[in-house]
Amino acid sequence: MVDVAAIELLGIDKRFGSVHANKNISLSVAKGSIHGIIGENGAGKSTLMSILYGFYQADSGEIRVSGKPVSIRDSQAAIAVGIGMVHQHFMLVENFTVLENLMLGAEGGAFLGRGADAARNELKRLEAEYGLDVDPDAVVEELPVGLQQRVEILKALYRGAEILILDEPTGVLTPSEADHLFKILEQLRDQGKTVLFITHKLREIMAVTDTVSVMRRGEMVATVKTKETSVEELAELMVGRRVLLRVEKQAANPGDVLLSVKNLTVKDGRGVVMVDNVSFDVRAGEITGIAGVAGNGQSELLEAIAGIRKPVSGEIYVNGELLTAANPAKLRDMGLAHIPEDRHHMGLVLPFEENENSMLGYHHDPLYGAGPFLDLEAIRKDAADKIEKYDIRPPDPRLKTANFSGGNQQKIVCAREIERDPKILIIGQPTRGVDIGAIEFIHRRIIEMRDAGKAVLLVSVELDEIRGLSDRVLVMFAGHVVGETAPDADEKTLGLMMAGIAA
Amino acid sequence: MSTASVKLPNWINYGLMPLINLIVAFLISGLVIWLIGESPLEALDFMLRGALGSGEAIGFTLYYATSFIFTGLSVAIAFHAGLFNIGSEGQAYVGGLGAALVALALDHYVPWYVTMPFAILGAALFGAAWAFIPAWMQAKRGSHIVITTIMFNFIGAALMVYLLVNVLIVPGKMAPETRTFLPGGQLPKLDWLMAIFGMKLGAAPLNFSFIIALVMCVLIWLLIWRTKLGFEMRTLGVSPSAAIYAGVPYVRTVIIAMLLSGALAGMMALNPVLGASARLQVEFVGGAGFVGIAVSLMGRNHPLGIVLAAILFGLLYKGGDELSFERPAITRDMVMVIQGLVILFAGALEHMFRPAIVKIYTRFAKG
Repeated sequence: MVDVAAIELLGIDKRFGSVHANKNISLSVAKGSIHGIIGENGAGKSTLMSILYGFYQADSGEIRVSGKPVSIRDSQAAIAVGIGMVHQHFMLVENFTVLENLMLGAEGGAFLGRGADAARNELKRLEAEYGLDVDPDAVVEELPVGLQQRVEILKALYRGAEILILDEPTGVLTPSEADHLFKILEQLRDQGKTVLFITHKLREIMAVTDTVSVMRRGEMVATVKTKETSVEELAELMVGRRVLLRVEKQAANPGDVLLSVKNLTVKDGRGVVMVDNVSFDVRAGEITGIAGVAGNGQSELLEAIAGIRKPVSGEIYVNGELLTAANPAKLRDMGLAHIPEDRHHMGLVLPFEENENSMLGYHHDPLYGAGPFLDLEAIRKDAADKIEKYDIRPPDPRLKTANFSGGNQQKIVCAREIERDPKILIIGQPTRGVDIGAIEFIHRRIIEMRDAGKAVLLVSVELDEIRGLSDRVLVMFAGHVVGETAPDADEKTLGLMMAGIAA
Repeated sequence: MSTASVKLPNWINYGLMPLINLIVAFLISGLVIWLIGESPLEALDFMLRGALGSGEAIGFTLYYATSFIFTGLSVAIAFHAGLFNIGSEGQAYVGGLGAALVALALDHYVPWYVTMPFAILGAALFGAAWAFIPAWMQAKRGSHIVITTIMFNFIGAALMVYLLVNVLIVPGKMAPETRTFLPGGQLPKLDWLMAIFGMKLGAAPLNFSFIIALVMCVLIWLLIWRTKLGFEMRTLGVSPSAAIYAGVPYVRTVIIAMLLSGALAGMMALNPVLGASARLQVEFVGGAGFVGIAVSLMGRNHPLGIVLAAILFGLLYKGGDELSFERPAITRDMVMVIQGLVILFAGALEHMFRPAIVKIYTRFAKG
């Protein structure tokens, strides 16, 4: 280790209106190390990194790079001082080649020829140095996500980054792809680069980092050597209290088949077959989990069952009745509730008041008003009841939904769907972007639904969640259900199935 | 970025900010007037006196405002469902045909208050019919509503000219217009309304459609914020994906929203056709459909805001007329520049002063 820190943050403070996103944060990142930053969603990690990368300006405080105070006004300035960022959602032009993406913004003149040659040579050098091999002429959209992420890393290195920030980099990767990424990061570190690794997954922190800093509610609560800490200690630091990492539940008591999918084939918006001849049953009193890396057809499967996406062929039986491609409203009437994967996109209308979202999809119920009219008083009363029961904060049914935190937004959706007492509950990514406290709460509700004899179909890319909640696990890969295992199968077997290797 | 998330009290959002925008628009307009060698203060005086100086002036201002309320509501209701209907102009034009046909059929036989409901229905039906084809093409075929509605403006204009020149024209007359309706086919002037305030309406064409427009404001407010259909329209407008998730029928909701939008645009025709000139004339809409876009934008798609914005534009129209009459150097085009500046500052640049106001407000609120 070298004496001078690669990055030093001194007293960084940032407010958004009444939200104090970063409170007087100081942090020192040693050169040539992998430094993890962990915290719940909304703890202020992303804000801090955005300040470092020039998206926001800190209200006060100082940033030092290699000991020198710098002012980072925008991403150009960040690159100039050697800070590169690999975003959670890739910033690549999908129909460009790897080389073209690399050059983008650094073309080196009006004509591309010379710049392209230079880029090709530089790419070769980077490949040799860090073992980051990727075909420069491959079109990005044809590459698997793991390789796309590698292109992102190459892009940062190509621009001369000495310090790499990775924001939740493993969300889209299989466990083996993630392991591969970790190897690359270690190699980068060994070559003297500094890596800032942001995540909310404890397992990854333990696997790859040298040092870890924990953020909670905008504050940096601890910085410790990874070797000297444990998952339990970090979880406690993140949440500020002891956390139950495992879900407690009794053995399942499966009943009749309530949801049955037969030979279902679904295409996505581009006409690509995403679900290919899939069949399975979901029984009452049982949680059927679907594991798989994001993008292997789980989303389309859920949407087809919920009546949002029309399948190409196949049948869906709800409670014994053939309801393929029925209107979502009809499916709700039949007792099928749906907690969608993406609450911002589907589950909620963010600019609406909380109480309006609290009835979304069920607004034709006479409970919310007679005939064509809405009974605002009844709607708000109903919303207030749900807020109390689900401990949604702040407890204000008239607040704009966008002003709730991720966890509370998800609780709004869960309350709406679960409180209808449906026969069948289908759930996508129930805890994505949700803080640990709310995760516990939502998991308990899902188990309660099962114990009350409901059929639950759970789709999640979080392996721990699938293993913790499900009574049986189906694994999806490339549109197929490649196998079924017990939830206590070891991670390696599941990982191989998710990668499509064992069937 | 950071200032956008600060919540300001309503009196700043809906009172102070539009006022500042308006003042800036007028200041720049004043500069333009000064540049062509006229006195800005004098011009402002002419405008205000021309638009508000007498019962008659106010009558004219409110007459223009009436048309803008209808077209503003038309644009707003489509906008709530996420549709940008810029065909209010054509829908109003065709709506005039519906209103005129009713008046021509009934004015010999019944008093105005019997004709009126049928005329409202006729105007609404014809306006809605003109919006139906673009609506259907958007809902079923995905043809973009902005493109189709603007094309239907042209088709509508051509159709109306053809009908007025070849079919509805009074034999032997040169003007492409219908015969003048008898009192049974006219909407009465609102002399009594002015009389309440001790003013005289004079020759101003303010008529009963003003009342109809205000009633429509209340009905549209009810529809959008107090009914399930309105809730579905707003859901579709803000988040089409959430609307699908919630089971809101896309085709039906789009078509209903556009039919309502077309109907409101069509009803605008009541004001000039049955109210002011008592006959159907070529190009009677005169751009009110397009002003409706600005009115809706400025009124934040809320009926109350639309009434206020419509009155402001009525004021600009009447005041502008007066100004170009008194000061020929300030032409009609110059008046349009002023109107354009108001739209620019009140609509397109509405957030320009926000960061500064937020700074002042937060300092003031703290200290």
